[in-house]
Amino acid sequence: MFVEAGHFALALALGLSLIQFVVPLWGARANDPVLMSVGRATSLAVFVCIAFSFLALTVAYVTSDFSVVNVVANSHSAKPLIYKISGVWGNHEGSMLLWVLILALFGAVVALARNSIPLRLQANTLAMQGAITIAFLLFILLTSNPFTRSVPAPAEGQDLNPLLQDPGLAIHPPLLYIGYVGFSVSFAFAIAALIDGRIDAVWARIVRPWTLGAWAFLTLGIAMGSYWAYYELGWGGWWFWDPVENASLMPWLAGTALLHSTVVMEKRDALKVWTILLAILTFSLSLLGTFLVRSGVLTSVHSFAVDPERGTFILGILILIIGGSLALFAWRAPLLKQGGLFAPVSREGALVVNNLFLATACATVLIGTLYPLALEVLTGEKISVGAPFFNFTFLPLIVPLLLLLPLGQTLAWKRGNFLGTAQRLYAVFGVSLIATMALFAFEYGGPVAAPLGIGLGVYLVLGSLNEIVTRSWSRGTPLSVAWRRAANLPRSTWGAVLAHAGVGLTVIGIAATAWGVEGLATIRSGERVKAGDYEARLERVMPRIEANYREDVAVFTIFRQGQELGSLESMKRLYVTRGMPTTEAGIMTVGLGQVYVSLGEVAADGSVGVRLYYKPLVLLIWIGALVMALGGGVSLMDRRLRIGAPARAKMAPSAAVPAE
Amino acid sequence: MVIWIILLLMTAAAVMAVLWPLSRHRALTAEQLDPDTQFYREQIAEIERDRERGVLLASEAEAAKVEAGRRLLRSTGMTADTFAALGEPALRRRRAASALALSVIPIIALALYGAYGSPQLLTHPPKEQAEGQRGSLDLMTAVSQIEAHLAQNPQDGRGWEVVAPVYIRMGRIEDAVKAYEAAVRYLGPSPDRLANYGEVMVLAKDGLVSSEAQRVFEQAVALDSTSPKARYYLAVAAEQDGQFDKAKRAYGELLAASPEGAPWANVVRQRLEGLGAEQSVAGAQENAPQLGADDIARMVSGLAERLETRGGSPDEWARLIRSYAVLGQRDKAKAAVERARQVLAQDDDGVRTIDAMAREMKLIDAGP
Repeated sequence: MFVEAGHFALALALGLSLIQFVVPLWGARANDPVLMSVGRATSLAVFVCIAFSFLALTVAYVTSDFSVVNVVANSHSAKPLIYKISGVWGNHEGSMLLWVLILALFGAVVALARNSIPLRLQANTLAMQGAITIAFLLFILLTSNPFTRSVPAPAEGQDLNPLLQDPGLAIHPPLLYIGYVGFSVSFAFAIAALIDGRIDAVWARIVRPWTLGAWAFLTLGIAMGSYWAYYELGWGGWWFWDPVENASLMPWLAGTALLHSTVVMEKRDALKVWTILLAILTFSLSLLGTFLVRSGVLTSVHSFAVDPERGTFILGILILIIGGSLALFAWRAPLLKQGGLFAPVSREGALVVNNLFLATACATVLIGTLYPLALEVLTGEKISVGAPFFNFTFLPLIVPLLLLLPLGQTLAWKRGNFLGTAQRLYAVFGVSLIATMALFAFEYGGPVAAPLGIGLGVYLVLGSLNEIVTRSWSRGTPLSVAWRRAANLPRSTWGAVLAHAGVGLTVIGIAATAWGVEGLATIRSGERVKAGDYEARLERVMPRIEANYREDVAVFTIFRQGQELGSLESMKRLYVTRGMPTTEAGIMTVGLGQVYVSLGEVAADGSVGVRLYYKPLVLLIWIGALVMALGGGVSLMDRRLRIGAPARAKMAPSAAVPAE
Repeated sequence: MVIWIILLLMTAAAVMAVLWPLSRHRALTAEQLDPDTQFYREQIAEIERDRERGVLLASEAEAAKVEAGRRLLRSTGMTADTFAALGEPALRRRRAASALALSVIPIIALALYGAYGSPQLLTHPPKEQAEGQRGSLDLMTAVSQIEAHLAQNPQDGRGWEVVAPVYIRMGRIEDAVKAYEAAVRYLGPSPDRLANYGEVMVLAKDGLVSSEAQRVFEQAVALDSTSPKARYYLAVAAEQDGQFDKAKRAYGELLAASPEGAPWANVVRQRLEGLGAEQSVAGAQENAPQLGADDIARMVSGLAERLETRGGSPDEWARLIRSYAVLGQRDKAKAAVERARQVLAQDDDGVRTIDAMAREMKLIDAGP
C-alpha cells in the first residue's frame, strides 16, 4: 500500500511540475506576481511528493518487500541495513529517483529563499527547474519505474552487486548527484536571465552560492569515488580515465571555470555572456554524464542499466535541454548589456586565462571520452582511449594553468602589474625551487617527473598562502596585528586560498605516486613479500562467514626495514547469492602514505598470491580534494558582498614585500 | 478502500498547493521590486566597513566606491516594470491557472498511475506473501545460526545434512552441494544421503546428470538396490546418453518396484511416455540413430506431404499426429486429425485409430 502511494505521489509530482513550469513562466510574461508566486508553492509540493515517493521505496528496501521488482533485483533480506538503504540508489531506477529528489530539493530551497531573489528571476528559475523535473519524472515513470510490482513475490532477492556493497555507495552517489544537480540551479538561473534579458552583478551574487555549493559537493563526490575505486577494485589505482570518471570530471572542470567567471561578474560586472554560456555548458555536461552512465552506451561498473529504450529517452532529454538552451542563448545573448572593462593584465584577465585553459581541458576530456563512442557508432571499430591520451593532452593544459594560478591570484583587479606580482612571488618560487632540487638530490635516479610535480605542488600551496601573508603582513608589522588582519580578511579570500592550496596538495599526492613500490609473490603462512622498505608477513589464512558472503581472510604483519608496524587483514570474498567474488584490500596508513595489500588466488595448499604496494603521500590526493571542498564551504559562508578594488597603476609594487 | 481515500487526499493536497497561492493577492514591497539598488547600496556600505577594518587601502576603497556608485546610478535608471496583480485580466488569469491546476494534476496523476501502477494490489493486498516472508526471515535466522555453528564445528555432519535441504529451498544450490558433500564425508555414505547428494549435483548442473553424479548414484544403488531416487537418476542418465532401451527398462522396473501411489510414480510415467514418443519419432527412420531437431522436423514434414498427396494407412496418419504432438505443434496435430478423419471417412477402423491417438495425445477432450 505504501509502495503504491509512493508511486502515485511520483505521478502527482509530474502533474505539479507541469504547473510549476507553465504558470510562473506565464506570470513572468504577464507581470502577475500572484501567478509567479505559484512557482514557490508548487516546487515545495513537488519536493514533498518526490520525498514521499523516495521514502516509500526506502521503506520497501528496508522491510525487504519482494513484491517490488526493483527490491528483488537489488536486495537480499540478509543484507546489512546500511546496504539495504544505500541499495535504494545502487541501481538504475533508484538512482534516477535520487536524482530528481535532489533536483526537487534544490527547487524547494530556491523557493524558500524568498527575500534574497527578485520575484521575476525566481519565477523564471523555478519554471526552468520545473521543466527539468518534468523531463526526468517522465523518464522515470515511463522507462525506469522503481515501483513495478511482481506478484506473486519471490521469497528472496537477488542481492546487490557486491562491488556496491560498501559504505562508499552510501556516500559517493548522493555527493556526486548533489554536485551534478546543483549545477541545474545555475543553469536555471542562466536560462531565467536569458528569458528576462537582464543579467547583472545581482544575478551573479545570487548564483554564486549555488555554483560554489554544487562545485564543493562535486569535488567531494569525485574524490570519494576515486578513493572507493582505489580500495575496492583491488589494484590500487585511483584514477583510470574511465569514461564514467571523465563524465564527472567534465562538469567539474566547466563548473570550476564557471565559479571563477562568476567572481568576475559579481565584482566587475564583466564576462556576462561567457558566464551564462558556461552555466549552460556545465549543466549540459552534467546531463551528458548522466546520459553516458545511464544509457548503457558505456560498459563499466557504473552502468547498471543497459537498455536502448532508456538510452534513446535520455538522448531525447539531452537534445531538448541542451539544444533548447543553446538556441535560447544564441537568440537572447546578444541582447545582454556588456559590463565593466579591464586591462589584459589584471585579475579579470587572469581569470579569463583560467577559463580558457579549463574549457580547453574540458574539451580534451570530452573528445577523449566521446571519440571512441563516435568511432564505434560510425565504423564499428572499437578503440580505447586510455591514460596515455589524457597524459599527453590533459597534463600539458593543466600544468601551465597551475603555474599561472598563484600569479593570477596575486594580480589586482581591473589593472594589474605583472612584474610587481611576480616579485611578490619571488620567495615562493625560491622555496619551491629549493624543494624540487632537494628532492632531486635526495631521490637521484628516481623518476624525473616526481620531484618536478612535488615542486609544483609546493609552489601552489605556498603561492596560495602567500596571498594571506602579503595582505596581512608587511615588514615591521607586529605578529598580533598581522594575525588580526589575516583573520579579518573576507572568508571568500580564505576560501580561495584553501581551495588553491588543496589543488597543490593533490598535485603533490599525484606526483608522489611515481615513488610507489610494488612487490608480488605467492607465499604461505610465515613467508614474506617485499616492496621497497616494506615487508608483509603472511600470518594465517582463515575462512569467515558473514550474513550474505563468506571470505578468506589473510592476516599480515607489516614491517618497515625489519621493524614491526602492526597487522592488517586482506580479504577475498564470495557473495553467495550472486556467486560473485570480490577483493577487499588491506590498507594500513603510515603517515600520509599507505601500505596496500591485495590478495590474488588462494590455492588449495594454503599458498596465497599477494600484491604489496607502498604508496607514499597517496592520501594527499584526497586530502587535497577535501581541502578544496572545505575552501568552497568557507567561501560559501561569506555572506558579504564582493568588492573588486582596482590597484592604481603605479602603486602595486610598494605593497609587495615578500615573506621569508 | 482506505487507500483510495488516501490517494484522493494526496491529490487534493497537491491541487491545494497551487490554489492556495492563487487565492492570495499581496502587495509587494518596493524592495522586492528593485533589488538592484539594494545590492549596490549594500556594496558601498561594505566597502566603507572594509576600509575601516583596514582590509582595503583608502585609495582602493575610493576606486571601488566610485565604480559601485556608477553602477547604482545605472540600475536606478532602469525602473522596474509595474506588476499587475489586480483588476479584471488578473482575475481571469488566476481563474485560468486554477482551472489548469484542477484539471492537469489529477488527470496526469491518475492516467500515469493507472497505466503503470498496480491499483489491483490495493484492493487485494497480497497478505499471504507477507506471512511467507516472515517465515523466510525466521528461516534465515535459523540458517545463520546453523552456519555459525558449522563454522566452528565443520565436522558436524549432522548439521550439514540439516542445512543442505534448506539451502536448496533458498536457491543456494552450490552451497547445498558442498553441505551434502560434507555430510557424506563426516557421516559416511548411506543410500539416502548419497542419493540426495547426487540429486543436488544434478540440480546444480541444471538437470544434467554428470558422470560424477552418476558415480554417486551407482554407489547408492550398490548400498541399497531399491533406492528409487538413485535408480531414477541412473535411468535419466541412460536416457541422456541416448540408451533409450536401457532407460525404458530402468523406468519400467522402477515403476514395477514402486508401491501403489508412490509420489515419484507420476514423474517416472511421464518420463516413460516422453521416451516412447521420442523413440517413435526416432523410429520413423531406422537408419538414423542420432537425430537433430531439424532432421525430425524434415522427416515429419516429408511424411505429411506424402500423406497429403498420395494418401496412407491409418497407422501412418496416427504417426504423423503423434509426431506433431510430441514436437509441440498442437495446431498442426489437430489439423492432421481433422484431415485424417476426412480422408479415412470410409474406413471405420481407421477413424477409430485416429481418434484413439487424438485422445492419447489429448488433442480432443472426449470421444466423437
